[in-house]
Amino acid sequence: MIVEAGHFALALALALSLVQTIAPFWGARNNDSRLMSVGLTTALGQFAFVAFAFAALAAAHLRSDFSVLNVAENSHSAMPAIYKFSGVWGNHEGSMLLWSLILAAFGALVAVFGGGLPERLRADALSVQGLIGAAFLAFILFTSDPFERLSPVPFEGRDLNPILQDPGLAIHPPLLYLGYVGFSIVFSFAAAALIEGRIDAAWARFVRPFALVAWSFLTLGIAMGSYWAYYTLGWGGFWFWDPVENASLMPWLAGTAFLHSVGVMEKRDALKVWTIFLAILAFSFSLLGTFLVRSGVLTSVHAFASDPRRGVVILAILVFFIAGSLALFVWRASELKPGGLFAPISREGSLVLNNLLLATACASVFFGTIYPLALEQVTGEKITVGAPFFNMTAGVLLLTLVFLTPFGFGLAWKRGDLLAVAQRLVFALAAGIVTLVVLLGVYKGGPVLAPIAASLAIFVILGSLIEIFARVRRGGATLRVAFARARGFPLSFWGGALAHLGAGIVLLGLSATGFGSEVIASLRVGQPINVGPYQVVVDSVGIRAGPNYQETVAPMTIRSGGVIVAKIEPARRRFATRQMETTEAGIVTLNFGQIYISITDPADDGTIPARLYWKPLVTFIWLGAVLMAFAGVLSLADRRLRIGAPARARSGAGAVAAAE
Amino acid sequence: MTRKGRRLALISAALAVIGAAAGLVLYALSDNIVFFYSPSDLVEKHVAPGARLRIGGLVEPGSVVKSADERIEFAITDGARDVKVAYQGQPPDLFREGQGVVAEGVLAAPGLIRADTILAKHDERYMPREVVESLKKQGRWQEGATGKP
Repeated sequence: MIVEAGHFALALALALSLVQTIAPFWGARNNDSRLMSVGLTTALGQFAFVAFAFAALAAAHLRSDFSVLNVAENSHSAMPAIYKFSGVWGNHEGSMLLWSLILAAFGALVAVFGGGLPERLRADALSVQGLIGAAFLAFILFTSDPFERLSPVPFEGRDLNPILQDPGLAIHPPLLYLGYVGFSIVFSFAAAALIEGRIDAAWARFVRPFALVAWSFLTLGIAMGSYWAYYTLGWGGFWFWDPVENASLMPWLAGTAFLHSVGVMEKRDALKVWTIFLAILAFSFSLLGTFLVRSGVLTSVHAFASDPRRGVVILAILVFFIAGSLALFVWRASELKPGGLFAPISREGSLVLNNLLLATACASVFFGTIYPLALEQVTGEKITVGAPFFNMTAGVLLLTLVFLTPFGFGLAWKRGDLLAVAQRLVFALAAGIVTLVVLLGVYKGGPVLAPIAASLAIFVILGSLIEIFARVRRGGATLRVAFARARGFPLSFWGGALAHLGAGIVLLGLSATGFGSEVIASLRVGQPINVGPYQVVVDSVGIRAGPNYQETVAPMTIRSGGVIVAKIEPARRRFATRQMETTEAGIVTLNFGQIYISITDPADDGTIPARLYWKPLVTFIWLGAVLMAFAGVLSLADRRLRIGAPARARSGAGAVAAAE
Repeated sequence: MTRKGRRLALISAALAVIGAAAGLVLYALSDNIVFFYSPSDLVEKHVAPGARLRIGGLVEPGSVVKSADERIEFAITDGARDVKVAYQGQPPDLFREGQGVVAEGVLAAPGLIRADTILAKHDERYMPREVVESLKKQGRWQEGATGKP
């Protein structure tokens, strides 16, 4: 019964989203406040109904109601409750429903917090958001109905793909979708600004919090996905330049560029057209990602059951929104008053360079992802564009950006003093060069990229810290004054400094992978083996039963110089329902590095084939990303960005414009 | 700096970065692209030894030989022809005889690939798309037969 109610709620949500598309838009054209305010109620209503539909599907999954096709195909009564719940989005239909739920939630946020906005801008933005919602709700209802019933009802479900039976599934997709879909709001406001033909610093102030939320979640989502792949796939890789990963990286790069350029717009009333373009780009890449993942164009663990008809519909939605918004951009962008030009050596000048590098890095990732698909369509030739390509292109561009970051962050607005900034950074530069020389000396003939990356990481980490200290201690302030001053800095300054620090920490973790060690060996019980600075011994080999699997476990002890530092239990699981095996790597964190061991089934002679890794500082990759996301949330709390503040701030922006 | 000078600075910076990026992409393309072949393609297209490539098909039943120190040898077949693959390391979880597989490595001699990467299909529901297509070409693919458990 509740399943049918969920289906009905979804249909109602679609109807409401259509009203949300038309009414506020019509109202804005005729200056009819009553019609415009319909957008608010419909946005809230749409969210409520989609949330109900989602809850209905979740209930069916939790109760293992196998009369629902979606549950029967993707669940199993013996699964732990958490996997039953996360299994709701561990399949095509459910994940699209989650997508729509988050989309509707962001629309509702605008309705609730958009009080300080110009009425027409809000109405237009809600209208565009409604249109996106309508497209995806229709897609779900007509091609991917999660509420389809099954007859006869099977006694048992076909189980969730074992790779997805992991806490990672509970966390990674929601985070990633919050990021992906969060950019829809930025997109809607960009489209609204184009429709209105007007954009100003107040627009930037309102949109930036949404962009920060989306960016922070996307950062966490990508990091979480990478850590999940790392520990679940069993061979220690954390980034594969897989098209699906690239699909999440592209909106991240465009979104990062947007966050930087929107700052210029807010402060200096410049880069307006470019900022609008980035807003469109970020969400277009999110849509492209959805298409690549959901259409079955790609083979990947993310492409659940693929149905070509769905691919065509998503492609149509994709083309409609991207082409539509770009057409609107070309048609209306000339209406936006362009901002002034500015000196090349200044904060805004450096941000332009930042945007150029991020945009070209994004473009090269796009090229590397799409080129093989396009080539195959055109010539039938099948090629693979892998890590070497992306390291050579996006990698080099992003490393250049990292090198320039401390310089740009130290420059003042309007007119910067590059020499003074360079003088401040001398210590960091020296530390970076020493790192490079030492690493190249110690690891002669080894990889070149890793030492370069490590030295850049040291430079940007120290550079960020120096910048903070330089500002706090300016003019030789006492500790007490410095502390008071640090508290007085806008939170967005702290956000920027910490995000750069986080990026440096990520890079340090990435570069450290070049200095780890890997051993492939057949292990015998009781026989020690060296992995990096540690010794590993297999204590025993046994078989254990889990709720819906059986596993071969090989408990091991890790020693450092004879002292026991950790015990781990790498295992190999067999899932009966799907006749599938998964590797449960044994992982232990030591001094921010990790020992990572994965095993396969014991051979006939009783030895256990295993891969053993020592990965120094590997956790920095994810810790740095968490710091970046935290920095995003921190600048969100900045007083200037509070919705209540725009009236006062707007006069400030006017003063800046007048001064020019 | 004059308005003209500022505009010039902006445009030249943009051109420099875009030019550098385009140069990197072209350079990387000439070096780092790997082509995909089926075992039949490999023979028909006269691929020269030493080339880096990907090859896909089914793991020939009965061909898998595991030796000490984690070496594994097997044959990839598309029904018409087959190619021997030598690989050092653990194959992925879903590597099985008779199942779809893609190997990436260097063509050491005609009919022998020294692989450094082995990809098996991720789950029961599908195979690597390239493999499906090359099997279809050989008439060895039955729709739905391998698609469902």
